[in-house]
Amino acid sequence: MHLDDMFERAEEYRAESAGVEHEVRVCMAASCQSSGAQPVFAALSEGGQGDACRVKAVGCMGLCSAGPLVAVAEVAAPNEAPVLYRDVRAADAPDILASVGRQPVERLRCPTDQPFFTRQQRIVLANAGIIDPDSFKGYVAAGGYFALIQALTEMTPAEVVQEVTKSGLRGRGGGGYPTGLKWSTVAKMPPGQKYVICNADEGDPGAFMDRAVLESDPHRILEGMAIAAYAVGANKGYVYVRAEYPLAVERIATAIRKAKRAGFMGNRIAETQFSFDVEIRLGAGAFVCGEETALMASIEGLRGQPRPRPPYPAQAGLWGYPTLINNVETYANIAPIIREGGDWFADIGTERSKGTKVFALAGTIRNTGLIEVPMGTTLRDIIEVIGGGIPGGKAFKAVQTGGPSGGCLPAAMLDIPVDYDSLRELGTIMGSGGMIIMDETSSMVDVARYFMEFCMSESCGKCVPCRAGTLQMHGLLDKIAKARGSAQDLALLEELCDMVQATSLCGLGQTAPNPVLSTLRYFREEYEERLAAAQV
Amino acid sequence: MPIPAPPTNVRVVTFQIDGRDYSAREDETIIEVARENGIPIPSLCYLEGLSTWGACRLCLVELAGSPRLVAACATQVAEGLQIYTDTPRLQRYRRTILELLFAERNHVCSVCVSNGHCELQALAQRYGLDHVRVPYRHVAYEVDASHEMFRVDHNRCILCTRCVRVCDEVEGAHTWDVMGRGSDCRVITDMNRPWGASDTCTSCGKCVQVCPTGALVKQGTSVGEMTKDLHFLPYITRRRHNR
Amino acid sequence: MALQQTKPAPPDADKRWKLVNAAMRRNGYAGHALIEALHAVQDAFGYLDETSLRFVAESLDLPPSKVYGVATFYHLFTLKPKGRHACVVCTGTACYIKGAGGLIEGVEQGFGVVPGETTPDDRLSVLTARCVGACGLAPAVVLDGAVLGKQTPDALVAELNRLE
Repeated sequence: MHLDDMFERAEEYRAESAGVEHEVRVCMAASCQSSGAQPVFAALSEGGQGDACRVKAVGCMGLCSAGPLVAVAEVAAPNEAPVLYRDVRAADAPDILASVGRQPVERLRCPTDQPFFTRQQRIVLANAGIIDPDSFKGYVAAGGYFALIQALTEMTPAEVVQEVTKSGLRGRGGGGYPTGLKWSTVAKMPPGQKYVICNADEGDPGAFMDRAVLESDPHRILEGMAIAAYAVGANKGYVYVRAEYPLAVERIATAIRKAKRAGFMGNRIAETQFSFDVEIRLGAGAFVCGEETALMASIEGLRGQPRPRPPYPAQAGLWGYPTLINNVETYANIAPIIREGGDWFADIGTERSKGTKVFALAGTIRNTGLIEVPMGTTLRDIIEVIGGGIPGGKAFKAVQTGGPSGGCLPAAMLDIPVDYDSLRELGTIMGSGGMIIMDETSSMVDVARYFMEFCMSESCGKCVPCRAGTLQMHGLLDKIAKARGSAQDLALLEELCDMVQATSLCGLGQTAPNPVLSTLRYFREEYEERLAAAQV
Repeated sequence: MPIPAPPTNVRVVTFQIDGRDYSAREDETIIEVARENGIPIPSLCYLEGLSTWGACRLCLVELAGSPRLVAACATQVAEGLQIYTDTPRLQRYRRTILELLFAERNHVCSVCVSNGHCELQALAQRYGLDHVRVPYRHVAYEVDASHEMFRVDHNRCILCTRCVRVCDEVEGAHTWDVMGRGSDCRVITDMNRPWGASDTCTSCGKCVQVCPTGALVKQGTSVGEMTKDLHFLPYITRRRHNR
Repeated sequence: MALQQTKPAPPDADKRWKLVNAAMRRNGYAGHALIEALHAVQDAFGYLDETSLRFVAESLDLPPSKVYGVATFYHLFTLKPKGRHACVVCTGTACYIKGAGGLIEGVEQGFGVVPGETTPDDRLSVLTARCVGACGLAPAVVLDGAVLGKQTPDALVAELNRLE
């Protein structure tokens, strides 16, 4: 099969919906379903399915707090923002259907000219909220699997690696390791059994980007994995996904099945010599399994405990074979990079952090949901402009990035452009992209204790500093938070932070002190207030 | 003319430990080289003859030019490395790790059958641990004396997993494993049943001999009487290797 | 010497063992499919007990202690039977900031159970989860698989009281 055949196919699929003038898109991602999207979809489908109007289940539209969301789009004008409705109920269906092609229903309308929508740049989420995630044809009609065919028929594996290297893409799971370098390491290992793994064990509390991508555009992940497998010489892949995300599991399973049936997965993909198969492996509730060596242990059916590195997975990974592990958002960037070229991608973002990043905004912020912005956007733009600021007249206090491995930044840091390196310098990390916004009512000592409690109960128990150190640090934080601590307790806490950071076996332990260290750095007075309260 | 030497895959590298020059095969780990040369890098989970676990973090060493510490048991030597095994920073960390271990379970040396023959106690003495600054957890753990020859006292276990590894890798029974997560971890026999009721245990006693503390001991020993004998492990490893 | 082990017969005539067997067969009875097998048992029976763990261990030819170690490592697996209904309170960061603690207290006051416990009448089990990914709807709970967003203690207790 060649690219021309793909164009033909896509044309064919598009022709099947010729005559459809309007699409009524209902977000059926987990968050909107929780707000009651299913009855809305049923009511709209019942009354609205016709030749000129199609009611379609789609993925995440971003503004989760306003769900269920429904969009009415004019098919002939794909570049125009669709009419968006918020907080839709089943009873609203007749009004919405009656309005198609006429005046929008003003009482339900959610303005799309607000910065939340206009300031985004969507690469990873390009299809989210537009295509039906369960439809193979829909993905192909939107240009899906072109990049895979292009890679297989027009590029050598080395050229694919080069393109990814040129793009400057860095791992979106947290560490920010250059993706091209990772790929080339695995590619350079001698030929033989190799594996490709998609880390979809999105464990950071407050992060739901990967979930949205899996639920909205699962084929894109498979396409990215297949391109990666071709580039590094692997023919077997695993998607390791949290069991807490049943809808995401279902959608990726459906996507695998449909891709197989269409010949884009399995033996001799698209009539080339390349074969690639993907299996799903479910997590079982262990945050530490987001760490790559623990994740591999879990796929092997073991306790999810990390092991010392080196050897890195690229050299000796799953069952000892060279293994490429990337996270969901990283794979989601691959197809666009191959299609548009590495240079195109490298033009977006900052000097050392290229492309866009998806962030999950949550906490006390007006627009809770998912956004995708170029790297280098300032925190102020993200929080105050796109996120709409703090509701209820309260003052901003801190933004927490990077989950339990990250830290809290104060208002004085809001003007820094967000990228991997700027955040690290300030004592936090990009992490997978969760951003929790806290107002003046949140106590930073309590937040630090919350994260330490998290790390303590998620510690796998293997190495001593993490297992016993997080427990003692939590005890000290609890004592300080309850105004029973002393200056010695604080000094001991800081000493333990340093020790656990320097000596723990894996990333979970090494970064567990970060929330404490960053709150001590920017909000030390809050700790001192608690100490003073203890002496009264 | 001599026959040309066959090509060899093993390279020998030279490096420094604590300022002195050493050479070793490049596939040897730092701790192996150190033990061969009588340099005392502390460790509680590492044991020659068993697989590397890398969990006690006591064998961390410093490398010149790198802020990151590396585990001597899991890091191979390399040409030109400058390794430091006993800096003030390492001593401080080791002392704190030992404090955490003492506070985690109920280690009371004066009433322990392994008093005087305990690796944890010996390290505490070496690093001058005269008191523990963090609070003891004071969680009471059970003592399982159901086995006719041996006893496990979880109050003295440090979760080094030497028993798990020797049982699986050397004896081949895999009676032991670890259950739970974090501080709730505990070594178990079979389905967390009394040791004496185990279907898989061969009563070989290897786990008792490799245990660094008084957690696994022989029945009928009293305070300070339990000595351990590890000579069988390198012996068996060599026999296996020769086959 | 015949080292090949025959596959053990199911512990009893319960039809649900077929589902468990199917999951293990799908993975060729490989030891690395242990977690898949445990998921299958828990999906079929609601929890893992010693009988099912032994059956899985024998079927996959794994040491009993290893199977027990894996089953107790992962928080999603439970070795105790759950109540007829399961209420999972999300304690992710967003939910924490927005009052997940209050929900747990409300449920404790209303039903006398803390997370990890089941009411004496077996009606309700209360659990916590590390972020269910519904941060946009914080604070959220998952009641019998359905996410309920933007909860208050009173609304949640009222909802739970409506359960059979």
